[in-house]
Amino acid sequence: MKSTKPLWGDILVVLLALIFVGYLFKSLWHQEHAAKLQIRLGDKIYATYSLDQNRMVDIQGPIGLTRIVIANGQVRFASSPCTNQYCVHQGWLSRKGQAAICLPNQVSLELLGGEKSFDSLNY
Amino acid sequence: MTNLQKNKCIDIQTTADDHRIAKLAAFAIGLHLLEAVLPSPLPGVKPGLANIVTLFVLYRFDFATAAWVSLLRVFASSLLLGNFLSPTFALSLSGALLSLAALFLTQYLPLKYFSAVTLSVLAAFAHMVGQLIIVRFWLIPHTGVAYLIPVFMAAALVFGVVNGLLTNYLLSLNPPQQHQDKG
Repeated sequence: MKSTKPLWGDILVVLLALIFVGYLFKSLWHQEHAAKLQIRLGDKIYATYSLDQNRMVDIQGPIGLTRIVIANGQVRFASSPCTNQYCVHQGWLSRKGQAAICLPNQVSLELLGGEKSFDSLNY
Repeated sequence: MTNLQKNKCIDIQTTADDHRIAKLAAFAIGLHLLEAVLPSPLPGVKPGLANIVTLFVLYRFDFATAAWVSLLRVFASSLLLGNFLSPTFALSLSGALLSLAALFLTQYLPLKYFSAVTLSVLAAFAHMVGQLIIVRFWLIPHTGVAYLIPVFMAAALVFGVVNGLLTNYLLSLNPPQQHQDKG
């Protein structure tokens, strides 16, 4: 223990730990592109669109008209009647699992991949 | 003290071991408190300097002493910081328990090849896992937590190595014979 020379076991462990952390970054920070867009209005699914086609969707919510734009595999709230405009400021969404919600007008967007990844688990 | 005063006192029998554990735990508590006032970029990312004391104790004494020091540190620090039984305390406790479990297993690694760096890194990982279990299943039951796991683990690796090196340094400053005659 008195020597300050690095020990082989330590080097091995630190290297393995580095590989492990690298693997974590690679596997958990995947940027999977979404394939579909699901729009909800209130408690119902309003529509599901493919992100492949450019499209403009106008939805009549409780307080007005929300405009959603799909373009180049991305989607955003283009305009909303709400006062805070949080949904519009979310900007373009393109990755699987991303979501934008406009609570005042009860409209929400969720991006889906080929198959839906869990957003939460209940017991 | 007169006899009368003595009788009034509640006399707790303490051994040399108790005194040693208390002294070492006090070091760990001091480091823990010092760290608590340091700003952290992400909640949960802390250097974990108190673990240096745990590791040092594990090397110079035994696992039981290290476990005492570590758990006393968790309880006493939470009382001092005012977060006893709060989520912060739960995170701290589950982290400490899992990192003690890691130390319990890794203490049997041959000293010839593995120093405190290995133990520190593995204990830091276990500490993070313990905290993430609490975060995932109690505090933030959402898979979004997964995005932070690589960051937490990278921090655990960096601080694990640093703490391990510091422990090695402290151990080299305090050769075993100075301590073995105690208790």
